Order: sequence, then C-alpha cells, then structure tokens
Amino acid sequence: MGCRLCEVYCITQHSKTRDIIKTYKGKGPKPLSGLYFEEIGHISFAIQCRHCEDAPCIEACLTGAMFREKETEAVLHNKEKCVGCWMCVMVCPFGVIKVDIENKKVASKCDLCIESEFPACVENCPNEAIILVDEKGEKIEKK
Amino acid sequence: MKKEKKLKKNKYIIIGNSIAGVSCIEGIREIDKDGEIFVFSDENIFNYSRPLISYYLAGRLKEEQLNFRDENFYIEKNVKLFIKTPVKKINTKEKIVYIDKGNFDFDYLFIGTGGSPIIPQIKGIDKIREGVFTFTKLNDAKNIKNFIEKEKIKEVVVLGGGLIGLKCSEGLIERGISVIIIELSDRILPNTFDYNASMIIENKLKEKGCEIIKRNTIEKVIGKDGIVKEIILKDGRKIKTKILIIGVGVIPETKIIEGTEIIKNKGIIVNEFMQTNLPFIFSGGDVAEGEDLILNKKSVIAIWPVAARMGKIAGYNMVGEGKKYDGMFIMNSIEFFGIPTISFGITNPPLNENYEIIEKIDYEKNFYRKIVIKENKIIGAIYLGKIERVGIISGLIKNKIDVSSFKNLLIDDKFGLLVLPETYRKHIVKGEGIEV
Repeated sequence: MGCRLCEVYCITQHSKTRDIIKTYKGKGPKPLSGLYFEEIGHISFAIQCRHCEDAPCIEACLTGAMFREKETEAVLHNKEKCVGCWMCVMVCPFGVIKVDIENKKVASKCDLCIESEFPACVENCPNEAIILVDEKGEKIEKK
Repeated sequence: MKKEKKLKKNKYIIIGNSIAGVSCIEGIREIDKDGEIFVFSDENIFNYSRPLISYYLAGRLKEEQLNFRDENFYIEKNVKLFIKTPVKKINTKEKIVYIDKGNFDFDYLFIGTGGSPIIPQIKGIDKIREGVFTFTKLNDAKNIKNFIEKEKIKEVVVLGGGLIGLKCSEGLIERGISVIIIELSDRILPNTFDYNASMIIENKLKEKGCEIIKRNTIEKVIGKDGIVKEIILKDGRKIKTKILIIGVGVIPETKIIEGTEIIKNKGIIVNEFMQTNLPFIFSGGDVAEGEDLILNKKSVIAIWPVAARMGKIAGYNMVGEGKKYDGMFIMNSIEFFGIPTISFGITNPPLNENYEIIEKIDYEKNFYRKIVIKENKIIGAIYLGKIERVGIISGLIKNKIDVSSFKNLLIDDKFGLLVLPETYRKHIVKGEGIEV
C-alpha cells in the first residue's frame, strides 16, 4: 500500500511523549524511525533490523555498544556506549542502521519496541504487510 | 577411591586480549561451558578497544570508557585473565606456554597477538629516548598525552598520512595542538582512498590548520642528550620539534612463533578453520593471514570486524565444531572531523578496460561516492559524507552479486533493497516479518 503508517507509529513510539500529535507538532527533533521505507513505482515496502542470529553489527562494533539482549535475543544498541564510528552501518547487509546526527551522534536502529508489549509497526500495519515471527518463522500475535 | 567418570576438561590458552582473543572466548563458550580458559595479555588493563585510543587522545573518552566488554565478562565466561603477563615462548611439542614465572600446558592454543608498529629506519632515531612515540596501544596514547601536558607542547610532527597517522593527528588537533603531517606518497590515505576522497579529507585537515608535507619523509632525527630537537626531511628542510609521532602502519606481531614450526608469510597462515599448520594451534586477527574475498588469496586484513570473525570461528573450531570462515575483505569506517567515510576493497584500480567506475562528487558538500566494478561485480567502493545504506554494498561484494542490471542505481539517492535483483533481495530478507 505504501501508507507509511509503520514510520509514523515507530517515530511516535520512540518519542518522549509517545503521543502522535505532540511528536509531530511539538518542539524539538523527532526521533528517527527504526525502519526504512522504500518505494519504486507500484512496489513499496518497509524494512527494519532483522535481529540476525549471526549479527555482523555486533561483531563489528568497536565499543560493545551493539549487543544481544539475553532474554529476547534482540540486537540492541546502547547509546551511551556508542561513539558513532559507523562500523555497524558499514557491515549491515540490509542497510538498516541509521546515522542519527540530529538527536545524538550515534547509530539508530529497530529495537523491536522492547520497552512496550508489541512492535508498533506490526501493530499498526493495516494489511499485515509487516508481521512478527519467531526464529522458526512462525507468526507471533499480540497477546 | 572415588572414580573420576567425567571426561577430561579441555584446556584452552589464548594469547592476546583484544577483539580476536575476546571473540575466541565467546566462540569457545558458546559450546564448551566447562573447559578451562586462560587468557594472557601483556597490557595493564582488563580490556580496551584499540581504535578508540584516538578518542582518548582527543579527550572525548576517558580511560574507563574504552572497554568493549565489561569487567564481568571474564567472570561470566569463567575465564582466568592474566594481565601484564606476556607469553615468552611456546613449546609446540609438549604443548606448553612459558611466562616469566612459570608455565601452562594446553590442549588448544589461540595466537591473537595483533600487530606492532613499523619503525622506519631514520638516522639518529636509535639515540633518542624521549620525544619519539608510536600510536597503536593505549600506553602510546597515554605517553603522548602526558608528554604534551608536561612539556606544554603546541606543535607535533606526525610521520605517516595513513589511517593511524591521521586519526592521531585528529586527536591532537581536537586538543588544540597544531600538527605537521609528513607523507611519502603524493596524497594522504594512499592505501585507503583514491585521489578525490584523499583531497576532500586533505582540504578538511588544512581548514583545521594542519600542514601536510607530501612526497617527503624524515631523513634524520637530531637530538640532544637523547631528547628530540629537530628533524631533517629528505629535501633538506629542517623542522624544530620536541615530539615526533610515528604512524606509518603495523606489521603482524609474530615474535612468539620464532623457533617453532608454525608457518608464516607476512602473518601466521591459517586455513578456513583458523588452524595453523599445527592443527591444535589456531590464530586470528591482525597477526594472521586468512582468505581475502576480493584478492582471492591469503592476506593480512588488519581490521576490527575481521579479527572478531576470525577469533569467533577459531573458538568454535577449538571445540571441534567444524565451522568454516567464509573470508572477508578490507573495509574501513573512519570519520575525519565530522565527515564520515566508508571504503571497501580496491578503491583506486589501475585505469584500464578491466575496471568500470561509477562515481558522483560534490566537493562543496564533502560528498563522494564511487563504485569499482570488475567483471560485473563490485570489488571496491568509497562513500564519503552520506553513508547510510552502504552496508548493502558490502553484502553485494561479499556475495559476489552481478550488478550489471542496476549498476547505475548504486550511487543513486534512492539506492536500497528495492533496486536489487529479486532473487538476491528475497535471499537476504527471506521471512522474518517482511513481505516483498
């Protein structure tokens, strides 16, 4: 469809207020979305971090800022530790790690909305183009 | 007497505690939770990231912020770490390593001793005991910092306009010190960049007040009572200075294998399992020579991600996992004064019909993109200024994808996964919450 609602909800979810109007109309920079939206002609899609099992970004990280969260096995990023060397940007074959200069000069990526119940992009995708699956490829529904 | 039923625990020894050694620990512990692991480091810190020493020199990071794994790491992984404990000798027959006071036997050994700085032959340098530094370890950065503060240094001479020399220069300039860089080649970063990219960075350095002397080198160092006073260049020019930093490059630190039958070329030669010619001795990182996917031969690739990969693969195979290293290639991500730069492989090929170049440049905006193609495959690239999505290029290189059908889109603003051939796109994004 190319509605870009995934982006809107991702940005809102990672804003201070988590309120869609305040995020978009309020003062100060908005967070970057954790995904890339691509569109050529009739084809459009959104892609975010695959949380790879064998994650090249974790290996390439000079500081240990990129790490695997033990419980969920999500690939997360510690902004305090990150120095912005962009090694992760260099090695991610999906090209889904962003350079977040405006907010703080560190890498920015999908965190699977780990602080809330369910990924905002999945929850708000109107035609189930974005789904959440486990390591076996089975769909995970919101509880 | 109680009968010991348990199988004998493996004893692993790791020499070197930088990213190769640490990744080796991680590889071993993913599989073998019980084996004994001993790690030996000649440095006086539980771990730190060497590339971050320029951040330390610049004053951007403190010493306690340089670690890439926290102190608990060694406890969690149940590893005995010996710092300030260089390994002196390896006995490959008896499988023993010797330290100053004692020795340890092993079943499997990993050599991750990294690289050491190249000291070019300069007249008079052997008589100097104060004022000449290298820049590869934390102690180097500390010594430079202390010396500069103690002597109230305002100007520094750096020999070498490659990655080490420039990152050191950047750190110094950020401290408010003026820098003179001396580079043998006709441009800075000759091994990493092409002319255009070198010029953009050179202009930025000059803007920051840095003097760059090219096609020149240091012929002689003049000292008094062992203290640096002056350097004399090849063209006769004299520069008064109290401090000279040598940042011309590193070579594999292979001293430890002298007198053993371990085979080396420039670095220690390893097979796809990271084994040396002795199957119970492994190696990886800046000291080792593994497969280079672009050059199609064994080569030392002294960069962090390669060391991490090699160390991890070695760790798996020290436990007998039979995991293969699929090869890597040279790549660098370095920021100079706010200009991010990423480069892969061969960035400056000879000008002939074998290579195709696609490029776009905007000097004003410090923006440059270049792709080098050979036989329809990308073998090199430079991204300067805007680097987002460049990782896709690294994937195309690694997987040797034929880019002929979309090559003109490679440097386009719209470049992304959608311009890739459907088969490759589906291969890399299969499943996992996406529908193409």
